[in-house]
Amino acid sequence: MAVDAQELAEFEVEVDRWMAENNPDQPGFILPESFMEVGTDQQFEFLRDWQAQVYEAGYVGMGWPKEFGGGGMDQAFQDAATRAMATHKTPFLPNTIGLNWAGPLILHMGTEADKQQYIKGILSAEDIWCQGFSEPDQGSDLGNSQCRATKDGDEYIISGSKIWTSLGTYAKYMILLARTSSEGDSKYAGLSYFLIPMQIPGVDPVPIKKLTGEYGFCQTFFDDARVPASCLMGSEGEGWKIAMITLTFERGATGGQAGGIASLDLNINDVIELAKRSKRNGRPVLDDPLVRDELTQMIIEARGNALMLARSRVPALATDWPTAVPMSGKLRGSELKRRMCQFALSLQGANGARFVSEEAIDGGMWQRSYFNAFSATIGGGTSQIQRNIVGERVLGLPKS
Amino acid sequence: MAQIEFSEEQSMLLDTAADFCRKQAPIAVVRESIDTTEGIQPEVWQEMGALGWLGIIIPEEYGGLGLGLGDVVPIVESMGRHLMSSPYVATVLAARALVTSGSEEQKQAWLPKIAEGVAASVALSEADGSWELDQVEATVNEEGQSLVLSGDKCFVLDAPMAEVIVVSANLAGEARLVLVEKAQLQPESLTREVVIDETRRSYKLTLDGITVPSSNLLPDADFKALQQAALLMLSAEISGGLVGVLHVIVEYLNTRKAFDRLIGSYQALKHPTVDILLSLEGARSHLYHAATMLAQGNAEEFETALHMAKAHGSEAFAYAGDRAVQFHGGFGFTYECDAQLYLRRALWCQYQFGDERYHRQLLAPLLLD
Repeated sequence: MAVDAQELAEFEVEVDRWMAENNPDQPGFILPESFMEVGTDQQFEFLRDWQAQVYEAGYVGMGWPKEFGGGGMDQAFQDAATRAMATHKTPFLPNTIGLNWAGPLILHMGTEADKQQYIKGILSAEDIWCQGFSEPDQGSDLGNSQCRATKDGDEYIISGSKIWTSLGTYAKYMILLARTSSEGDSKYAGLSYFLIPMQIPGVDPVPIKKLTGEYGFCQTFFDDARVPASCLMGSEGEGWKIAMITLTFERGATGGQAGGIASLDLNINDVIELAKRSKRNGRPVLDDPLVRDELTQMIIEARGNALMLARSRVPALATDWPTAVPMSGKLRGSELKRRMCQFALSLQGANGARFVSEEAIDGGMWQRSYFNAFSATIGGGTSQIQRNIVGERVLGLPKS
Repeated sequence: MAQIEFSEEQSMLLDTAADFCRKQAPIAVVRESIDTTEGIQPEVWQEMGALGWLGIIIPEEYGGLGLGLGDVVPIVESMGRHLMSSPYVATVLAARALVTSGSEEQKQAWLPKIAEGVAASVALSEADGSWELDQVEATVNEEGQSLVLSGDKCFVLDAPMAEVIVVSANLAGEARLVLVEKAQLQPESLTREVVIDETRRSYKLTLDGITVPSSNLLPDADFKALQQAALLMLSAEISGGLVGVLHVIVEYLNTRKAFDRLIGSYQALKHPTVDILLSLEGARSHLYHAATMLAQGNAEEFETALHMAKAHGSEAFAYAGDRAVQFHGGFGFTYECDAQLYLRRALWCQYQFGDERYHRQLLAPLLLD
């Protein structure tokens, strides 16, 4: 579909103006950084209202089919709207699993009835979604899922548990990876994929308190919960394949997401801005030569990370270890973010020792971001494991 | 604007250079060259001239290839990878001075010779170790049709091979550039300096007693162009050197055993080695970004990128050299171990033309204010 450049340019102006006019004021309580950090009803309702408002205005799901509640337009329009949200640093859209995982998957391979039932509620945030992939005892080994779904007439009976279910207590639906069989050639063969309701007997999402003292994840317990057999997506045994398709949507490799920003993204410019307004001996902390040196180092590192991506598009400039850049992305990015937030505390004088409260600098956002940054240096394989992986698979060093 | 661009021709140049340096500079040859005055076999130097490498930045009307300074990066990087010594960097710097600051007559006299393979050098540094190229103590005075030079210059690379040296000196309170030809040197003008990187041939140039014709004064004195060329080539040497030293480390970690286990299996060695790999990926990215900005004529971004490349690279290479020695244990403490060659090279690169702190200080106002 050819995009009319003038129409797109006019739209950019329109959406930019709308975001400027409608970006809500600070609500008087600290907002979460992403859908994984939503810890209070107040936070949740504020964000859900914001997504509903954005949907009403037509700025989410613009590329999704009109008959199911989308905008039926070219994705370029949604990209422009998403950019405007980032530019204006609006709150994020909280139904992340619906918008980026479940929705694209349902549009890709769901039935007509699935699409009618689910898509509009995902866009408007009326129906919140969560995901049930990880399990307490399996770490990152998704294929080894033990949570069971047993066919019983026209129902499945689900038992077991899932962990790190963000928005579990608010969700109406879950995408669930469960074991329908222990037979088959591999552990993957017995897995099946379900779209299940959360608010039914036998499903119990229990919030987990994080090191920040806040909530945001649940462990979800299934005690012989009965769901209709029509909740099965695809056929029995296709669960692993469908989970992998879901993850390609998550990583943005194939497109198809509804759009909208999914997190409050702190970057080095925010730290510089903090250093400008923090004072020491009556002068901006940014004037301190040691602070300047450390900030400069972090900017060099951040720029280096961005340039590695640019260089990886030039195969002739790969080093003797060409997989180093793609294999180390999470390690480099998550560690820099953690150190950046940690450094931001040092710009606050004695207030560095405050935590989330009215008196804290920026409401304690930096302290909380520092703590939450561990989710990325630990989740998906700790930085220590990542260094083992890069050392062994990229440099060819012996196993530890 | 793409952040990193690299053409088909540049890829071919990189392939040729990588291949050439691997063949011409195995580590045994590098070690043998330490005790020689030239540091390179005459026929190897001639071949570098025949490949056109000395004429890369020289305009076509003076017999060069008329390419950009960015195109010497793959060559210098490949030389750095193998610790190959040659008067290449010194000669390119002299050519850069002539191209950016020389008169038509000076260009016609020297650039075609350099393009054909005549070595040259620059004498910019002085005993105080300052990195500010336009602040010099050496002097040049006009006496009739002659220029009389006085004072000392340091870190003049490959001076005995150079047919001409571009010297910085003060003329009536202003830093200028003067050509000193080989025949104009006094017998005692050059003294070999003891420097940390033994693969370098570095000389002190005593200017007292040297007189040259007035026509040897360059009409302009673009020190910034010289500094940028020096920084870009040092960053290229660093990027290549990091690859070389990482191979030395990985090789040892994969063969040496301690307590019945290959030492590479110990995370205390494995994890810092991964950090060195990632710092190398960063160094090469900053380097080719700087070269791209230069090629695109983006002066402001080139300036920033160059400081970043040298700041990041200096620190990364010094760390890698330091760890290379440590990880070799007792063997690392010996002269025989190659780790010391890289550590010495890293320290040379770190302290020439500004270390990481110096460049970060120059970056801070560009990035923060």
